[in-house]
Amino acid sequence: MITAETPSNPFIPAPFEIIWSLVFVAIFAVFIIKYLMPKMTAILDERAAKIEGGLELADKAQAEAAEARAETERQLAAARREAAGIREEANSDASQIVTEAKTKAQSEATRIAENAQRQIEAARKSAVVSLRADVGALAAELASRIVGESLADDARQSRVIDRFLDELDETMTAPAGEQPAAEAAGGAAQTAGARESEA
Amino acid sequence: MSEFFPDAIFGSVAADSWFGFDRIIFVRIVLTIVVLGLLWLGARNAKLVPGRGQSVLEMGLDFIRVQIAEQVMGKERAKPYVPLLATIFITVLAMNIGGVIPGLNIAGSARLGVPLVLAVWLLLVYLSAGVRKQGFVGYVKSQLFPPGVPKVMYLLLTPIELLQVLIIRPATLVIRLVANMMAGHIMMVLAIGATHFLILEGAGLLKLAGIATFAGGLFITGFEIFVAALQAYIFALLSAIYLNFALEEEH
Repeated sequence: MITAETPSNPFIPAPFEIIWSLVFVAIFAVFIIKYLMPKMTAILDERAAKIEGGLELADKAQAEAAEARAETERQLAAARREAAGIREEANSDASQIVTEAKTKAQSEATRIAENAQRQIEAARKSAVVSLRADVGALAAELASRIVGESLADDARQSRVIDRFLDELDETMTAPAGEQPAAEAAGGAAQTAGARESEA
Repeated sequence: MSEFFPDAIFGSVAADSWFGFDRIIFVRIVLTIVVLGLLWLGARNAKLVPGRGQSVLEMGLDFIRVQIAEQVMGKERAKPYVPLLATIFITVLAMNIGGVIPGLNIAGSARLGVPLVLAVWLLLVYLSAGVRKQGFVGYVKSQLFPPGVPKVMYLLLTPIELLQVLIIRPATLVIRLVANMMAGHIMMVLAIGATHFLILEGAGLLKLAGIATFAGGLFITGFEIFVAALQAYIFALLSAIYLNFALEEEH
């Protein structure tokens, strides 16, 4: 098997073997180090960058979504608060309006009642005034009549009084339309009385 | 042995020859062209979204980077050496696989040259890396004078460590690989030769024994594929470990 021309020891290489091996290893090394690794590394880096970018984008989108949700919730809460505020305000407004209306009605009622009171008072007063005037006139007429008779005669006196009372009765019972007649009668009596006092 | 030292196709294959061309070198040329061609095909149209070829290629390179380089040396430290380790792994694997390719039938690494060149390259790289990292004195100190031993022990330890760093580590790489490939080749030659002999020339029942040796040959072929990958892995892994030794302050 071992011939003279070939090296017998497999662990002592011939120079040509080393040279060829150098060539092959150099070819492998140049191809892999200069071409293969940079190319694949570039691709891997690019892919990693892309994935990272995608992840980042997803993160950002998620953050944005979360923020939007938070914003919505915030707005919702604000709207709720606002609605509650409005409701409360409306309630208080309503109660205020009611109380206002109540007080107004109260005051109105009081005013009306006062007016009525005042009217009544005025009517009473005018009645009193007119009554006083009438009574005065009547009294004056009666007195003038009594004086007009000018006699101490009891019979005559009582006659005068009776007549006066009759007249008075007539005046009281007579309807409003007959008043002037009574007054005219009274006036006549007055004039008669005046005439009598002159005499 | 002549299987490993075939006659020259041209030139001379004498022990002192500076130029010779024989079958093993032819096998290496074929393997180089085919493997680099395949790699080129895989990487040529490398895209962001990989095709099938590119995926396989990426998986292989990823294996080298993650399982061999980064696992041993750590991510940052491994980075500058990944191309070197990739070259070692791919070259050894390519050369090894020749042993089971019909027609080639011998591993390109079955003779000393390629493993030796790779190992010497690695030796130079780890020496220079160590010197660059720690300075010449620091490197020598960390490699040859391991701390924590009595000073007297350096008489014993330092020559051993020197031998270890300069000779033993590269030599074991080379010898392990070459011996594996040679042994694999011898086994296959034996199995196939025996099959050939037994089937063609065996008498009677001996032909049946030929079937057994044929099955053995099949098994050895499968085993050789496994060994080819395993030895490439071991070569690259040990390279990474040796590089790491050089870069570490102490070991």
